[in-house]
Amino acid sequence: MIAQLFFYIFAGVLLFSAAMVITVRNPVYSVLFLILGFFNAAGLFLIAGAEFLAMLLIIVYVGAIAVLFLFVVMMLDIDFSRLREGFQKYAFFGLCLGLVLLLELCMALSHWKMIPPASVVSLTANVQHLSNTEALGTLVYTHYVLLFQACGIVLLVAMMGAITLTLRDHSTSRRQNIARQHNRKSADTLELVTVRLGESVIEHGGILRPKGSYDEIAAPGSYGVEESKCLYKEEKGE
Amino acid sequence: MSPTLAAIGLGPYLLVSAALLVLGVLGIFLNRKNVIILLMSLELVLLSANLNLVAFSSALGDLAGQVMVLFVLTIAAAEAAIGLAIVTVYFRNRGSIQVEDVTMMKG
Repeated sequence: MIAQLFFYIFAGVLLFSAAMVITVRNPVYSVLFLILGFFNAAGLFLIAGAEFLAMLLIIVYVGAIAVLFLFVVMMLDIDFSRLREGFQKYAFFGLCLGLVLLLELCMALSHWKMIPPASVVSLTANVQHLSNTEALGTLVYTHYVLLFQACGIVLLVAMMGAITLTLRDHSTSRRQNIARQHNRKSADTLELVTVRLGESVIEHGGILRPKGSYDEIAAPGSYGVEESKCLYKEEKGE
Repeated sequence: MSPTLAAIGLGPYLLVSAALLVLGVLGIFLNRKNVIILLMSLELVLLSANLNLVAFSSALGDLAGQVMVLFVLTIAAAEAAIGLAIVTVYFRNRGSIQVEDVTMMKG
């Protein structure tokens, strides 16, 4: 009884906050509602008996991801009124599509049942006697150790990607230079060579490269460290 | 099956998860211009998947589902970090985060 009561409270607040996330005007409130939603989802996880994942959801999502969102929303000086322009335009179409999706899911849910052997066939060993965290640990570090390592690699790549993307004015950073991109002509980069029958490309200088040497085009920093600094100065001057 | 889940049943969990998925998809449609809310909607969709995995894992007494949730959480974290880094860089270049202007990126 208590469990049911808590389930409906958590589910209700979760759905309410999810609805607020997508409809509220100010993105800061949106992130705060997202945090509220994650807390309630953690409550649902607890009711389902996944204590470790509930705590992980609070620590990882609320502690890291939601705060990252909040940080970006507050750091960037964005004109949010312009971003709301399409809301009404897409509302009808979006609602129709959401309704269809919900109906389909409800149809699937109403005609769904679990076959009895499903609970007998188990991917993992029976670890009912252990606590949830211990059981997860025994699985993650044995059966799923390769996936666990792959997760570490994914996080490492994500971290390196985020650092490389946001690093500025470094010899390896590449900023977009629109003027340079517009000035680029196909004749500068593309060369048509007539190769006679039986001839190989080796006589034309091997595998065809862009006209300028590859090093010149793709050398670190050539994509406008100096240019970007100039740009920055111009912006400052204005 | 955990005793608390047995009292509630699997159905309500799946219903909540379905509703959360629909809200996430709806968010993607409604906020076509705001990349940050688009990313948040993606988080909602992933959360609904997690809810399903946890509910089934608990109902079947099979912990594999919860291990999958662990990995989905990792992917969600990586996706959010990269997405927000791209938003930051884009804002720095353009001064706005209008999704429509992204087509100006050439090269």
